[in-house]
Amino acid sequence: MSDLPLPPQDPELLRRLLRAKDRMDAASHEAWPVQRLAAVSDVSEAHFARSFKQAFGTPPHRYLLTRRIERATALLRETELPITEIAFETGWESLGTFGRTFRDITGESPSALRARARAAVQEPGRVPACVLSAAHRPDLTIAVSEKRRREADAINESHDKEIP
Amino acid sequence: MIQGIEVVGLYVRDQDEALAFYVDKLGFRVHTDVRNGDYRWLTVQHPDQPSFQLGLSVPGPPVLDADTAQALRAIVAKGGMPPLVLKVDDCRAAHARMQARGVEFTQEPIDRYGTVDAGFRDPSGNGWKMIEARR
Repeated sequence: MSDLPLPPQDPELLRRLLRAKDRMDAASHEAWPVQRLAAVSDVSEAHFARSFKQAFGTPPHRYLLTRRIERATALLRETELPITEIAFETGWESLGTFGRTFRDITGESPSALRARARAAVQEPGRVPACVLSAAHRPDLTIAVSEKRRREADAINESHDKEIP
Repeated sequence: MIQGIEVVGLYVRDQDEALAFYVDKLGFRVHTDVRNGDYRWLTVQHPDQPSFQLGLSVPGPPVLDADTAQALRAIVAKGGMPPLVLKVDDCRAAHARMQARGVEFTQEPIDRYGTVDAGFRDPSGNGWKMIEARR
């Protein structure tokens, strides 16, 4: 592959490629082999992947994976579904492939993401809101000017003590 | 007199095609359709919303140079323009009616967030969300 700039794509072709992207968005759990996508876009199989990548910046297969991971991430965060079920529901045929791909893309395992998402949501949730706001209040119980004066006095005092 | 937004522009690839879509398939009405040489000022509106118009225009001269126009046509065709939202009384009924007329749906009606929503595109690539009004 050369790095020469590619000629601009015909908007009519782009509109048909968008149809393939829309179809993957609508049913990312389904299998989307190139021939199926090419048929949706009315493009030859030989040209589809390259045209799609030029149009949307990512190859169709990778686009599909990111949509599946996005959906799996939402299910991990927002539901109690077991990870196995999430894997199958988002289109993977094996739990191993799901876990590996998930880690490759997000940098952590599905269970680690779920645990982190829960910790982030639940920890503040356990503390009553009034207590939480009090805990986050800045530690300023006296006027700023008074605080400055006391600090200045403390410095002067310690200074005085050092002088016999 | 009521002050407010009167027209919002929408880039389309072909004004005749867009007119047929918005009027015949979506049930909008033509508000203005006037020509001045090659320039055509075309606006449509929802029948229940007489104070608001969608201006359907093709990116190109005399407003834009050829390269800019080409770039915009590509963006529209790739679905890169911001989505529009259509509010309906009954999302499933509207979906059935519009699908029978050949509207390209990108998302079937889904029950969520206490309402029903679906998604479709116009022939140019502009994306619409269709959301059922909460009762």
